[in-house]
Amino acid sequence: MSAAHAPPVPRYDDEVVRRFALTTVLWGVVGMLVGVLIAAQLLWPVLNFDTPWLTYSRLRPLHTNAVIFAFGGSGLFATSYYIVQRTCRTSLFLPRLAMFTFWGWQAVIVAAAITLPLGITQGKEYAELEWPIDLLIAVVWVSYAVVYFGTIIKRQVDHIYVANWFFGAFILTIAVLHIVNNLSMPFSMTQSYSVYGGTVDAMVQWWYGHNAVGFFLTAGFLGMMYYFIPKQVGKPIYSYRLSIVHFWALISTYMWAGPHHLQYTSLPDWVQSLGMVFSLILLAPSWGGMINGVMTLSGAWHKLREDPILKFLIVSLSFYGMSTFEGPMMSIKTVNSLSHYTDWTIGHVHSGALGWVGLITMGSLYALIPKLYGKPAMHSIPAINLHFWLATIGIVLYIVAMWIAGVMQGLMWRATNADGTLTYSFIESLVATHPFYAVRLAGGALYLAGMVVMAWNVWKTVQGAAITIPNANVPNTQLAGALK
Amino acid sequence: MTPFWSIVVIVLVVANIIGCLWLLIWTAKRTPGESADTGHVWDDDLREYNNPLPRWWLNLFVITIIFGAIYLALYPGLGNLPGRLGWSSAAQHDQRAAVTQAQRQALYQPYDQREIADLRHDAAAVELGGKLFQSNCAGCHGVDARGAKGFPNLADGDWLYGGDAERIYASITQGRGGQMPTFFGTLDEEQLKSLVAYVRDWHTKRTDGTEYQVGARKFAGTCAACHGADGNGNPLLGAPRLNDDIWLYGGNDAAIRETILYGRKGQMPSFEATLSDTQRRLLTSYVLSLNAPAVASAGQP
Repeated sequence: MSAAHAPPVPRYDDEVVRRFALTTVLWGVVGMLVGVLIAAQLLWPVLNFDTPWLTYSRLRPLHTNAVIFAFGGSGLFATSYYIVQRTCRTSLFLPRLAMFTFWGWQAVIVAAAITLPLGITQGKEYAELEWPIDLLIAVVWVSYAVVYFGTIIKRQVDHIYVANWFFGAFILTIAVLHIVNNLSMPFSMTQSYSVYGGTVDAMVQWWYGHNAVGFFLTAGFLGMMYYFIPKQVGKPIYSYRLSIVHFWALISTYMWAGPHHLQYTSLPDWVQSLGMVFSLILLAPSWGGMINGVMTLSGAWHKLREDPILKFLIVSLSFYGMSTFEGPMMSIKTVNSLSHYTDWTIGHVHSGALGWVGLITMGSLYALIPKLYGKPAMHSIPAINLHFWLATIGIVLYIVAMWIAGVMQGLMWRATNADGTLTYSFIESLVATHPFYAVRLAGGALYLAGMVVMAWNVWKTVQGAAITIPNANVPNTQLAGALK
Repeated sequence: MTPFWSIVVIVLVVANIIGCLWLLIWTAKRTPGESADTGHVWDDDLREYNNPLPRWWLNLFVITIIFGAIYLALYPGLGNLPGRLGWSSAAQHDQRAAVTQAQRQALYQPYDQREIADLRHDAAAVELGGKLFQSNCAGCHGVDARGAKGFPNLADGDWLYGGDAERIYASITQGRGGQMPTFFGTLDEEQLKSLVAYVRDWHTKRTDGTEYQVGARKFAGTCAACHGADGNGNPLLGAPRLNDDIWLYGGNDAAIRETILYGRKGQMPSFEATLSDTQRRLLTSYVLSLNAPAVASAGQP
């Protein structure tokens, strides 16, 4: 099929995309602000002001939930709804249900922002939210799947674009992961007990936890990458066959990688081995996406100099490549025995979260928002450049500080005297880490500053924009139907 | 794991790995007559090339698969199959623990028969005791042994249960349970205030006629049994001395008031099962070394 024979462009449902796009920016600022606060608390513990709901223990899950599910989640909703319509050349299936997913997701975020500081938690990392909120998430997520796959089914083009494979895998798998990991016996409105016990509970949790990384933070954002990079570069995707191999290899091997979070624990040896082996096999499939994105730019490298949006997209892929190399290395048992429980893990997570997830989302939003509001470009291009440098320098400071701190902690903790006693007490490793916490705080603050610049830029772009695109609240299913 | 589940695991693992290889073989080369472009178009201008897989990437993929296959042949991973090396994390742990145990025995052996009185003057013994302290005691008493709120300072020459070698050794071996009872509901506000003022008076010396009198009476009747009529404390009970300015739970009005109203529970665990007799003697010698001036006058009452 060629462009000449493509069906006419329908009226897309973009109101829900606009809302999710704006909340992405809002929750980005909020989530990163909380991150900077808790980074400062590690440096100056007095900053919890002896107030229970301001303590590190309660704000840390608030930070992770806000940046992953509020910032990242809203970004994924926005871009997936936008992309699935364009690449299927049809409006959303059940646009009102799509709008429900917007309000439902915001309700989840607000509920999280209230319950987590109150100390209401299941105690499972990245799955802290208690059962009533979990039920709401399940309802919203199933609605999301209905809208998304419904739109795919009513598409006006033959082939399903590669971005949609990744979004589809992300939506399906997150539904399964969320439901299985959160199965629990409610005890009261604010308390429940997992149906799993002991080691099995830990394994289910990290099967969830690592696949949340694999499918939420990787597959979903690869969907973003596969649309916005070729669009922004104006060149075809490098290799269709590569996308097939890396898609299937990625989603099948990710499923096994969870046990690497539990190396040298009571988990049976065979499970630990499988976690490590599949994490290593995962390296090439992960890099497949990076190659496909970066090589799309071949022959057009000069654009990287002129287009700050492209800088976001391409640098995000370099951080993606770096952290997906680092991850398999850290899953190797001998490396893991050093890196586990140290700040190296925190650095690794942030090179993925700030570098990959953050930058790809920001770049995509910079490309997306002017289109959503009928503007030729963002309000300020220099501000995008400024944001890029603030973010990049911030990430480098952050991860370098955590690498040094992490390796140092690992070495100090494992050092023993001839009599088998520890060479260093824990507090000595903490004292040694202290300066690196200052560097990390500086990096995080720079990254947050960049996000604030973005919020200003988005505000100026959106302000007073007369939306030339038809409003999604106007029923347009008839129009879409007429086009069939 | 039952044989059934073991087989399920093996089949899934092998199928997944072979599946990856099959994908690679299937897609690695361009089929004759295949064009460089898939011909698909989305959203007006989204197209796809169909370039062959980069050679270095293909090699990387295959190398990780070969590594994985070898690893799974050597180590446990395929269900119940133990792996050719017969390795297990439990055996690895036991082996290393045995090595450390042997080293440790050799290291402590010279000190096995020596008394604390002798060890405390042996710099090497005190140093070994210091290492034991950092690993076992510093968590509560601090790296510098100066304690924290609720955890006694061990370097100030002041002792709850006595500071001679025998007493310190007993504290480490048996542990201690400090018990200040609660007086909530048995004191009215005026009595409480005067009691706090009386206890504070040993340090502030701001004697106020009536309040001091009331406090002194109350102290004699309620507190003196453990803390002594003159506030000297009682090391046999672990009752702190109140007439110095050393406070386990804080010495301001609010902290003393809280102590009297709600009581305190101190818990020093027993190390009898954790540390050997020699280790406990070495530890005692280290703690004594922290209080060298106090040690010099230990013979006096």
